[in-house]
Amino acid sequence: MRSIRWTDFRNTLLGLCALLVSAAAAAQETPPQPNLPDMGKPPAVPSAPRAQVEPLYVVVLDAAHGDSDVGVQFSDKLLEKDLTLGFSVRLRQALTSHGIQVVTTRDADAKISMLTRGESANHAMAAACITLHATATGSGVHLFTSSLAPTPYTKFLPWQTAQSAYVTQSLRLSSEISTALGHVSVPVTLGRTSLQPMDSFACPAVAVEIAPLIGGNTTKAAPLTDVSYQDKILDAMTAALTQWKNDWRQQP
Amino acid sequence: MISRFQRILFGAMLIAAVVMAIVLLRMRERAHDRLMRAAESQPLSPPSTAAPVERITLLVANDLDGSLIPVERSFPMPKDPNARARVLMQKLLEEYAAPKSTHPIANASGVDEVFLMPLQQEKDSNTTGEMAVVNLNGAFAQAQPSGIEPETLTLLSMISTLHTNLPQITQVRFLVDGQQKDTLAGHADLTRVYLASDTQTAVRR
Repeated sequence: MRSIRWTDFRNTLLGLCALLVSAAAAAQETPPQPNLPDMGKPPAVPSAPRAQVEPLYVVVLDAAHGDSDVGVQFSDKLLEKDLTLGFSVRLRQALTSHGIQVVTTRDADAKISMLTRGESANHAMAAACITLHATATGSGVHLFTSSLAPTPYTKFLPWQTAQSAYVTQSLRLSSEISTALGHVSVPVTLGRTSLQPMDSFACPAVAVEIAPLIGGNTTKAAPLTDVSYQDKILDAMTAALTQWKNDWRQQP
Repeated sequence: MISRFQRILFGAMLIAAVVMAIVLLRMRERAHDRLMRAAESQPLSPPSTAAPVERITLLVANDLDGSLIPVERSFPMPKDPNARARVLMQKLLEEYAAPKSTHPIANASGVDEVFLMPLQQEKDSNTTGEMAVVNLNGAFAQAQPSGIEPETLTLLSMISTLHTNLPQITQVRFLVDGQQKDTLAGHADLTRVYLASDTQTAVRR
C-alpha cells in the first residue's frame, strides 16, 4: 500500500516538473521585433506558420528650442524656435495625409527639456526621428547624423549614447533625405555632430537644419521665410520618409 | 737692535702683501667685467619673437560646404607644447576674425588657455597621447554664430588644427570661462570629450 502511494507521488512530481519545463520554454518564445537590429541570433528552427504582424511605422518630429530658449535670433521678429515649430506642424500635416503616424515632441511655444524630448521619441519606438533646426549660415539644408561611433545593439542602451546603436541606420536615412532634396534642387551639406537630444534617440535619427538658399548658377536665392523654398523641403522630406517606410525594415 | 734676517723677512712679507693686493684688485676687476658681459648678453626682446619661425597648418572651416580646408602659415612658434597649442588656437581665430572669412567669428581672442594632460592608460584600452583642455572665454561663445553647422565647424577646426600640428593630442575637451557648459551657442554639445578621429570626415584634402 505504502509503495503504491510513493510511486503515485513520484509520477505526479515528475509530471509537474515536465509541465514547468514546457511552460518555461513557451515563455521564452517571444515574437520577433522587426524594428530592432539583428543581435546575431542562431538560425530559427522551422515552426508552425504565424500570423504576420505589421510593425507600426511612426515618425518623431522634434521642433528644437522653445519658450526662453529662442535658438537663433534672425531678426527682432524671426526666431529659430518659431521657424522650427511652424515647419514641424506643416511636415506633420503632410506626413499624416500620406497615412504616416507622427509623434511630435513640441506642439506649442513651451520649454521642453532634452530628457523629455528623448523620452517622447524613445517611447514611440519610431522608425525615424527628425530633429528640426534653422540657421543663418551656409546654404540649403544641412543634414547631421550623430558623431558617436557605431556600437552593436544591446537590450539596455546608455541614455547619453543610445544613438550609437542606430548610427548606421541614421546614415542611410540621411542619405535618403539627401537624395530627395537633390531631386528638388535644394543643396545639401552632410555632416556628423554631437547634439542633444539626438544622441539619446533610440531610433534612426537625423538633424535637419534649414539655412537660407544662396543664389548660384543653378539656384535662386531664397530666405528662410520663403514659402516656396519651404514647400520644396517639405515635399522632399515627405517623399523621403514615405520611401523610408519601405526601406527601414530591411536594416540589419 | 733688529737683526738683518728679520729685516729681510719683513721686506719680503711687505712685498708679498702688496703683490697679493694687486692680484686681488685685478681679479675683482675681471669678475666685474664678466658680470657686465653676462648682463649685456641677456635678450632684450620677449621670448616669443626669439622663437624660430615654423610652418603650421590651420584647418579653416568653410560654412558654404561644411568642410575644413588646410591652410599653411609661417609663425614664430614656442617650444613649450602648452604655449604652442595656445598660439595655434590664437592664429586660427585670427583667420575667423579677418574680413571675408569663410567662417566669420568676430572675436580673435577667444581662447584663454590650453592645457595638455597625459591620458591615463586604462586596462583593456589602447588610448594613448594627450588630452587638450581648451578654455574658451564667454565673449567668444557670445560672438559664435548659433546653429548646428557653424558651432560644429568651430569645434572641429580647433580639434583638427591641434591634432595636425601636435599629433600627440588625441582628445579635446572644451570649457567656457573655466566651467563646463552644455553647448557652445545653443547647439554643439560641450559636455563630451571629442576625439581627434571625429574630424577626419570634415577635412577637405
